[in-house]
Amino acid sequence: MQNPYLPYPVRIAEIITETEDKNLKTFKFTFLKKEDEENFKYRSGQFSELSVTGKGEIPIGIASSPTEKGFLKFTVNKVGLVSSHLHTMKVGDIMGIRGPMGNSYPWDILEGKNVVIIGGGFAFTTLRSSIIYMLNPENRPKFKEINVIYGARTPGMLLYKEELASWEKRDDIKMHITVDAANDPNWKYNVGFVPTITEKKAPPADKDTYAIICGPPIMIKFTQPVLDKLGYTHDHIIMSLENRMKCGIGMCGRCNIGKEFVCKDGPVFTLAELNKTPKEY
Amino acid sequence: MKVIRIDRGEGKFREGLKLLQNSYVAFGPLKEDREVYNFKILGDKTPDLNIQNTYLSPKGIVFPQSEVMLKYTLDETKEDCNLMKEAEKDKKPKAVFGIRPCDAASFLIAKRNFDTADYKDPYWISSYEATTFAGLACNEPCSTCFCKSAGYGPFNEEGLDLLFVDFNSYFLIKVLTPKGEELMKKANWQNVVDSDKALADILSKKTSCEDKFTTSIATSNLKSKTILELYNAPFWEEESFACLNCGTCTFVCPTCWCFDIQDENCGCDGVRMKNWDSCMFPLFTLHGTGHNPRGNKQQRVRQRFMHKLKYYLDKYDKGIQCVGCGRCVRLCPVNIDIRRISEKMNGYKACN
Ligand SMILES: Cc1cc2nc3c(=O)[nH]c(=O)nc-3n(C[C@H](O)[C@H](O)[C@H](O)COP(=O)(O)OP(=O)(O)OC[C@H]3O[C@@H](n4cnc5c(N)ncnc54)[C@H](O)[C@@H]3O)c2cc1C
Ligand code: SF4
Ligand code: SF4
Ligand code: FES
Repeated sequence: MQNPYLPYPVRIAEIITETEDKNLKTFKFTFLKKEDEENFKYRSGQFSELSVTGKGEIPIGIASSPTEKGFLKFTVNKVGLVSSHLHTMKVGDIMGIRGPMGNSYPWDILEGKNVVIIGGGFAFTTLRSSIIYMLNPENRPKFKEINVIYGARTPGMLLYKEELASWEKRDDIKMHITVDAANDPNWKYNVGFVPTITEKKAPPADKDTYAIICGPPIMIKFTQPVLDKLGYTHDHIIMSLENRMKCGIGMCGRCNIGKEFVCKDGPVFTLAELNKTPKEY
Repeated sequence: MKVIRIDRGEGKFREGLKLLQNSYVAFGPLKEDREVYNFKILGDKTPDLNIQNTYLSPKGIVFPQSEVMLKYTLDETKEDCNLMKEAEKDKKPKAVFGIRPCDAASFLIAKRNFDTADYKDPYWISSYEATTFAGLACNEPCSTCFCKSAGYGPFNEEGLDLLFVDFNSYFLIKVLTPKGEELMKKANWQNVVDSDKALADILSKKTSCEDKFTTSIATSNLKSKTILELYNAPFWEEESFACLNCGTCTFVCPTCWCFDIQDENCGCDGVRMKNWDSCMFPLFTLHGTGHNPRGNKQQRVRQRFMHKLKYYLDKYDKGIQCVGCGRCVRLCPVNIDIRRISEKMNGYKACN
């Protein structure tokens, strides 16, 4: 019997401080054992439990894409016990990873469709994974138009700045980067909250257009009416939830919304599905 | 069906209990301080078979309140520093003697959570598989028992390997599984009797007990209502008003299985363990950001009953997540009663 609680041992290969407040770091991990790497087959939108020995585990969305081989990447906000300790760790340190967990974005449905990605703050991690995945030369032909609306408080709070800049230059992805307020006179992109930019830039709704939206509750609260106004039906709006978790495999009982476990049946749900469950997220 | 008889007077019974402990760690209901009865390792004590429901359910025999899963060292001079390893587990067979049919059935309810197509909890499953359940039928229901209407019953055999029926001076024992057969061999209880006659005697005991139930739980309409209809019902505020969020109900319940995972360090060594947790506690769902989707007690009380009486029912279509042992009814300090709540849910109609 395979033990789903036993993490794969990994080594921290690289740490990148992402934001000007230094509260977000991206960790790149390599597996200690080749066979574990081979077993770890994931899709964009899934997450893992990062295990810091002696401190505990935290569920974190996988920020790398399955098309990037040889490592996994996670971007972690410094919040409490485990994430703060992780922020003190160094390249070369050993820890663990369990997963991949959860259901991922619905890639079988998204194929052949227009995809609109709407992200805010640091909830851009699995969206990065998705963009890298779709832009992979083998995959790009499988999708129609790709729009990305991504906002942060200030330019310094955006994640993955170099990649954003490189996507801006491409013609097979339409980027709409925005900040609440630009403190940088050279800022050449949008200024305004995500809902406002969505209203201006998101493509019109149709049966072949799906929106994936991830961000803080307040952003979601104000973006959803905009999508409604644009005519997006609730089964075309895809969201990823973040409930408190422990086991990550649907057993410990804490992450449920109604009969669904966010860790196992989610974290990705369509708004139409969420409309049928208690709003306990 | 094989039926075995043990005469109580002959010493055969006590002898067998002793014998089987050569092969099993045997548990049975024993009196602790004052009037508190719980399942304990028997040793040379005789289980108290008059007590019906122990305070704590026997779930801890399979699913300990605290259980070490993994171990590690934080000592940087060691090669395996920070590497998680499986902790050794005591795999000795266990026998639970005198477990009541409701409690035995509770393991089947929990098994659907721990033994799934996608993931298997090796701690729960291996412990469950190593355990033989020697149950004792109830000749008299207690005043708070409603096992029959919960879908089980005082002579229910699901989840049992053996069913002992008490005829005062002797027991008749139905041998239900090969595991049960094995235990009877180990205890040298081998007096096989004519099963037609024995089964008829057992059946009449069963009917007589079933006729004595004074209380029940209403569940017949739960399936046809939507989750949101029940979730948004107005009675939750009133029903949860008195709750202290003490967690007694989840602690004593045989079908509550929620747990937490914690690392515990001692010097440079440490263990990752599972501990019982409760949906009645605000910390259960508190996010690192301070946001809490079930931050008030009304939400938590609703979660407990919605899980037992609706979410579980809808998820598995195998009845409710309650065997009707009545522990939570008896021990709740403010008389929150699952029968009353189920009645309200069952009879509720949202007005549109
Ligand atoms: C599917 C999913 C994906 C996530 N992706 C990311 C990500 O990419 N980057 C990121 O920075 N954060 C992410 N989070 C949130 C992250 O898990 C929490 O910030 C983190 O668990 C806080 O742990 P802590 O020990 O630092 O905080 P503490 O407050 O000390 O938390 C103690 C424990 O509670 C649990 N816990 C607390 N808050 C949460 C929470 N919001 N969600 C789940 N478990 C929690 C954890 O087990 C944690 O160890 C994600 C959460 C989920 C559910
Ligand atoms: S035992 Fe009663 S008071 Fe305590 S948490 Fe349960 S319902 Fe609330
Ligand atoms: S909910 Fe109450 S009556 Fe039902 S199994 Fe649990 S403790 Fe027993
Ligand atoms: S995290 Fe344990 S059930 Fe979802």
